[in-house]
Amino acid sequence: MMTELNSTSSTSSTSSKSSNWQTLCQKDDLVKYSGVCALLNDEQQVAIFLIDDDNALTISNWDPAGKANVLYRGLIGDDNGEVFVASPLYKERFSLTSGRCLDDDSLSVTTYQTRIEQGQVQVRV
Amino acid sequence: MSTSDLSQSKQNIVVVGNGMVGHHFVEQLSQFDGYNITVLSAESRLAYDRVHLSEYFSGKTADDLALTTPENYQQLGVNFELDAKVTQIDKAAKTVTTESGDTFSYDKLVLATGSYAFVPPIPGKDREHCLVYRTIDDLDAIQASANTGKVGVVVGGGLLGLEAANALKELGLDTHVVEFAPQLMGVQLDQAGGLLLKNKIESLGVTVHTEKATNVIVDGDDCVHKMEFADGSHLETDLILFSAGIRPYDNLAREFDLTLGERGGIVVNNQCQTSDDDIYAIGECALWNNFIYGLVAPGYSMAKVAASHIIGGEDKFTGADMSTKLKLMGVEVGSIGDAHAKTAGAQCYTYQNDRDNVYKKMVVSQDGKTLLGAVLVGDTSEYDALLQYALNGIELPENPDALILPSSGEKPTLGVDSLPDTATICSCLNVTKGDIIAAVDAGATDVGTIKSDTKATTGCGGCAALLKTVADNEFAKRGLEVKKDICSHFVYSRTELFHIVKAEKIKTFDELVSKHGKGMGCEICKPAVASILASVYNDYILEDDHLHLQDTNDTYLGNMQKDGTYSVVPRMPGGEVTPDKLIVIGEVAKEYNLYTKVTGGQRIDLFGARVEQLPAIWKRLIDAGMETGHAYGKSLRTVKSCVGSTWCRYGVQDSMSMAIFLEERYKGLRSPHKIKFAVSGCTRECAEAQSKDIGVIATENGWNLYVSGNGGMKPRHGDLFATDLDDATLIKYIDRYLMFYVRTADRLQRTSVWLENLEGGLEYMQKVVKDDHLGINDELENQMDAVVATYQCEWKTTVDSPEKLKRFRQFVNSDKQDVNIQFVDEREQIRPATLTEKAEQGLLIDTVNITEVEPA
Repeated sequence: MMTELNSTSSTSSTSSKSSNWQTLCQKDDLVKYSGVCALLNDEQQVAIFLIDDDNALTISNWDPAGKANVLYRGLIGDDNGEVFVASPLYKERFSLTSGRCLDDDSLSVTTYQTRIEQGQVQVRV
Repeated sequence: MSTSDLSQSKQNIVVVGNGMVGHHFVEQLSQFDGYNITVLSAESRLAYDRVHLSEYFSGKTADDLALTTPENYQQLGVNFELDAKVTQIDKAAKTVTTESGDTFSYDKLVLATGSYAFVPPIPGKDREHCLVYRTIDDLDAIQASANTGKVGVVVGGGLLGLEAANALKELGLDTHVVEFAPQLMGVQLDQAGGLLLKNKIESLGVTVHTEKATNVIVDGDDCVHKMEFADGSHLETDLILFSAGIRPYDNLAREFDLTLGERGGIVVNNQCQTSDDDIYAIGECALWNNFIYGLVAPGYSMAKVAASHIIGGEDKFTGADMSTKLKLMGVEVGSIGDAHAKTAGAQCYTYQNDRDNVYKKMVVSQDGKTLLGAVLVGDTSEYDALLQYALNGIELPENPDALILPSSGEKPTLGVDSLPDTATICSCLNVTKGDIIAAVDAGATDVGTIKSDTKATTGCGGCAALLKTVADNEFAKRGLEVKKDICSHFVYSRTELFHIVKAEKIKTFDELVSKHGKGMGCEICKPAVASILASVYNDYILEDDHLHLQDTNDTYLGNMQKDGTYSVVPRMPGGEVTPDKLIVIGEVAKEYNLYTKVTGGQRIDLFGARVEQLPAIWKRLIDAGMETGHAYGKSLRTVKSCVGSTWCRYGVQDSMSMAIFLEERYKGLRSPHKIKFAVSGCTRECAEAQSKDIGVIATENGWNLYVSGNGGMKPRHGDLFATDLDDATLIKYIDRYLMFYVRTADRLQRTSVWLENLEGGLEYMQKVVKDDHLGINDELENQMDAVVATYQCEWKTTVDSPEKLKRFRQFVNSDKQDVNIQFVDEREQIRPATLTEKAEQGLLIDTVNITEVEPA
């Protein structure tokens, strides 16, 4: 896993960033309706959620309200179809698609384009 | 300034007087187009609040008391002249002329000249420092006078007189009240009430002299004045305030031939018209049905009626309720309707408490069904309810005196639901319950919005509590229907979901949401359903189907702290721990550098464990014979205990063994909220069992069971549920009680709130649990037995499962640690570094340093 990550990182440094997909883990590492945390570029914490059998969504792991790296441990759900994670600290809900906080307009998290290719969970960087 | 003739099509309305009532009229009429309103005021300022005049001496300024501003009137398009005393009315020419000679023509003239303070014809009444209490100018004069004296007397012990006395007291004078009648507030109170009020006011440092007729005021020996009374006694004072009643300002009407009452007052009809159809009189200058209303509420009604008549409406003035509630020098006084029981056949109920200086009287109709009047002194908490009974003719309960007796038992409550929509809630602004409902229907969702929509409470403010009750009731009515649904994914309450799960043997959230709900679920319904499933089936909570339902504490089997680390709490039944286990706990804490603290539940909490450290920590604890303490769960936490008869000289039962038995039995029971127990070995109650959900206290003959106590946010003493139980019955009762709670409580509802909201309360619970009122006790016991039989230590199951342990890592693709978790030392242990400390050490992570990528 680490090797793969490193090789992806080195590729990204030599070519256009917007077209690169970085593999973060295997699909088997994910838990349905739940989150895991991975390091992007070996330093950036991201939370990856498997929202149904085939689709994953990724946001930054930092909870801007609770000020801790915990979002991957939150509960996910939907608010009229908008998929969110509720922070395990103070329950602010963040949209997994837009990153906006559903409970506080002043807060948001970063979102990452995510795909599952041949069992590999990849984020676009 | 000449007549306003800007617009020929507009009617000229001239209002003489800008007191509270005159101003209210302007507010009413200015809402309509087609009127050119001119206000002529003899005072030097626009309308102000005379009801709260005495607050001028407790810090309020004239601006605070102002009801309007020149800018406001300009905005409303209202012309106004201050210091413009009207001295002439020409009814034929339809003009009025002021003292300074300005003439204004009118189509309709409204007299709102108010009243003046009556000064009895006592020789010496015009001496310096003899004043009245009516306007802000009067207050300024009083203040100036008070600065030069030490003693002040108010002549008149009515409502206004006592307010004036309060003002003198505020000014620091040695204050006296001199009243001609045998009692204070003779209009509103009966003799007993008046006497009690006198006692209370005297205890506050104001001397009250009743049955004193003042013969003459002459020079004093020590003070400015000496008042000589008819009974030969005398009183020296520096300042005299006359507050012996009011007289209508009707001199204009008198001079210009409008019909007056025998003792003054401008006679008006039901439309508030005087004997000249184009001239109206409203407020304290008007005499309706041979009565002058000296309160602001009827004056407002008159203002509304006059405005309505001018625009062609059909409102009528039909008299007004004179009930009053106020606070005089901090003493609560209330008077409703027929306070003196003058109605034929009226019967009275009285309650008098000399120790607390409380007096209450109800006057009830001969048949005992309707409330005619009431007097309340010292405590007016029942005023609002009583007033509604009286005004709306609501039938009284069988024992009406319960309405005023101190609440030793259940006080019959007047549910606001039983009020008709026509019930007046705010009498000053004449706002009915129907108006409030209309405001809620129009979208008001808080009391503030209702206030600004209806203007309720903006008069005297006395109806604020009632308004809130009515509003809350309306909110609840509407909110309840919504609130019963647990969230937007299910149209069921928790109790209903529980029954569905049980009846249809539903085993997973997915099954439940697909059959009976919609969407993915959310942070509200998922943990609630997880709790229900656990209570019914007691599966391992980290099963794949359940894992995603739990809040982080249950998912990671620890209590998340503010920095994302967890605390670790091994179970320690009854607070009992062997030295060997204690040593292991110490070794673990030392090895992982965990902050260590003894909890309120008689066990040990280890803080600061990173998520990836949890499995190893728990493996050590489990290997040493310990198990999870469920400190993270909505489940049984601890059974606190004293050592009881095994060690203690006073213990009468073995509370230690009972506590351990109970903790072992109910550990792992998932419930709507956390549950705490305690067992005390004797009546000294060292374990504080009465503040717990389940409290057990030893007696000579067995155990007393207390239920639904709480020590947290809203402390509540447990209710004594049963006495002198043997062990087996005690367990049976607790089984049934807990399982009934698990089935019927709302999510996150503690047993205390649950019991309080349960219809029938404790008695009903006793019938269910003791007498099997619902015929479900076997089922409840079986269900509890099943939960007990399927108990597992969740941490043991977890550390034995390599698959589950995979979840306990910070990163799926790295063994690094979360660099944001940083500790500093304090009192020889760790604590989380503050944000400032992290920033100082350069550890704070910049979180958004990657450009957001647009979704494909």
